[in-house]
Amino acid sequence: MTMKDNITKKLTEAFAPLSLDVSDESHLHAGHMGHRPEGETHFRVNIVSEAFEGKSRIDRHRMINELLAAELAGTVHALALKPQTPKEAG
Amino acid sequence: MSIEQFIENEVKTNDVVLFMKGTPQFPQCGFSGQVVQILDHVGVGYKGLNVLESADLRDGIKTYSNWPTIPQLYVKGEFVGGCDIIREMFQAGELQSLLAEKGVIAAPASA
Repeated sequence: MTMKDNITKKLTEAFAPLSLDVSDESHLHAGHMGHRPEGETHFRVNIVSEAFEGKSRIDRHRMINELLAAELAGTVHALALKPQTPKEAG
Repeated sequence: MSIEQFIENEVKTNDVVLFMKGTPQFPQCGFSGQVVQILDHVGVGYKGLNVLESADLRDGIKTYSNWPTIPQLYVKGEFVGGCDIIREMFQAGELQSLLAEKGVIAAPASA
């Protein structure tokens, strides 16, 4: 399973998102610190879920960071997050 | 002094502290660079601490904030967020309001 699939699976199981888009942007960071030739270092996550209702921005990020703690401690170097509630996503 | 004490001292004695990769003059990471641009744009003075100069600091701030990534912004001793949060707050005008509330920039002129 690719890291992208792994992240997608974990987020799907944890947050039952209405929409979820995980993109591997590692290629945009070639040569940059944290990059490695195998890639899978930089990801962007747009996720819409009821689970974020009533949560602050920091709390939402923490929910995702904790779920992906092992990945972040491993090869995932950067995780850009946009967690929204269905209301915010419109 | 332990690294926790060092961090605590920095965030308590400086109004605005940015833990970043590189320096405000030479950010060495795009995410740190974005926050530098935003802080410069809103015109707030801040202290930049380069985590690349110290593995202790780099690991220490992640533990201190319970936040796995750099950059990290502190205002008046309080953790505000990382790059995504700072950018969203800036775009919504919330960052400027927060900094004004905390008395570290002048209140935005009302229209």
